[in-house]
Amino acid sequence: MNVKPATRSETMIVAASRALKNDDVCFVGIGAPSAACNLARLTHAPDIVLIYESGTIGTRPNVLPLSIGDGELCDTALTTVPVPEMFSYWLQGGRISIGFLGGAQIDRYANLNTTVIGPYDAPKVRLPGGGGAPEIGAHCKQTFITMALNRRTFVDQLPFITSFGHGRGGDHRRSLGLTTAGPTRVIADMCILEPEAESKELTVTALYEGVTRDDVTRECGWPVRFADTLATLPAPSEQELRVLRDLQERTRIAHGAVAA
Amino acid sequence: MAEFLDLQTAIQSTVRDGDVVALEGFTHLIPFAAGHEIIRQQRRDLTLIRMTPDILYDQMIGMGVARALRFSWGGNPGVGSLHRFRDAVENGWPHPLLIEEHAHAAMAAAYQSGAANLPFATLRGYIGTDHPNVNSQIRQIVCPFTAERLAAVASIRCDVAVIHAQRADRNGNVLLEGILGVQREAVLGAKRAVVTVEEIVDDFGPRSPNTTILPSWVITAIARVPRGAFPSYAQGYYPRHNGFYLAWDEISRDRDRFLAWMQRYVLDRREVLGPDCLQGVAA
Repeated sequence: MNVKPATRSETMIVAASRALKNDDVCFVGIGAPSAACNLARLTHAPDIVLIYESGTIGTRPNVLPLSIGDGELCDTALTTVPVPEMFSYWLQGGRISIGFLGGAQIDRYANLNTTVIGPYDAPKVRLPGGGGAPEIGAHCKQTFITMALNRRTFVDQLPFITSFGHGRGGDHRRSLGLTTAGPTRVIADMCILEPEAESKELTVTALYEGVTRDDVTRECGWPVRFADTLATLPAPSEQELRVLRDLQERTRIAHGAVAA
Repeated sequence: MAEFLDLQTAIQSTVRDGDVVALEGFTHLIPFAAGHEIIRQQRRDLTLIRMTPDILYDQMIGMGVARALRFSWGGNPGVGSLHRFRDAVENGWPHPLLIEEHAHAAMAAAYQSGAANLPFATLRGYIGTDHPNVNSQIRQIVCPFTAERLAAVASIRCDVAVIHAQRADRNGNVLLEGILGVQREAVLGAKRAVVTVEEIVDDFGPRSPNTTILPSWVITAIARVPRGAFPSYAQGYYPRHNGFYLAWDEISRDRDRFLAWMQRYVLDRREVLGPDCLQGVAA
């Protein structure tokens, strides 16, 4: 291999992109989800429909957007609808197969916090808040989550549930009337976790090449469980890395050029 | 009918202390110039409403314009935190800020029901989340047909909606295109509406029959303010200045540095921002 080996964050984005299929209709969060979805579109899933909450449907950006409403998304979209229509007809209407989210913190049942660190009324850190995530998590047929795994992000107890995953586990989702599957996969930067069928507790199902069980146990904020048979995820291919790095380089130049 | 006014007069005659005001724009067409005029006129005790309070609201909050904020995502998109917003919530600087926090779906629905002159919006929202525990304005209702429990939020009906658009014609009709956000709903749900535009044209020319146009008779005042959305963007006119959004993270982190920037580029000057507004503030 004559390209530089993948960083952990690149490995995560590639793993996340592989989770997507060509016939998916995907509601895309900003950051790592956006990179993964566009990498999928530029590699194995050319027909994937990408939707951003700004109302852009079927968008094919040449560079990654800095915000969910960059002009690039509108310029390259099949159509752009008003924001109330996006959330009511398309998201609540049940037209989206995959919601792809990031977050500041996650717990063992894949609930997400992007609201506060500390008490709500006297927060230690005031985070941006939920945006589209609470209803993306509720109305997409299933959700994927991608975020780096460490003691600050994978926590035992969330101070605030911004986006409901599997609640307290078991049939909690269904008991609240949610008919969608919720989080079915968490693509971290060391491993992939999936909710265990009954308890819905996140369980490590695959490790990336070069990562050990101890590495994951050490970094995770709760005593994390492992599946009986643990897969090893192949490292990013040379082609995947090339496409991702080209995309990120184009993005860097585009945002830098505007700044100059 | 909309009146053509200069920006200063448009704001003076429509925005009063204590008003409920939405300066809307979903990344695109954010009415920066109008917001800066509100800061210059030292309006106080405003209840600000916006789905995505970003840099403009960070500036307005930091300059002490706002008493309360109803919102659903308060960050610098793709960059990180809003430091002035955080300072107000975490430390009460320059004074405490009441917040009413929602999710996008509920805010969008509340704008829609506001435009429809209904008292509330209903949606399948907030299921299982902590939002209803910290916001008493999120309630539940039971569907009279199916008995399903649904979320209900009060409609958004502002005293003043402020938006930026691409063009007005000489009769005061306004054309918007690109990412539309909730601007139509904000205007149609408001008592008064101020629109800044890139240009005023004799005629909109050839267009689709479905072009988004706000007729003159739903608008109070129109001001021609080229680049009035900068450093946000106007589709077809100029791109988003992403470099400014990146730089704001540093400018806004420190109170004194923030105040110095506001003095130099907003209080001491009347013309709209341009790429020069990062001069003298490099990290």
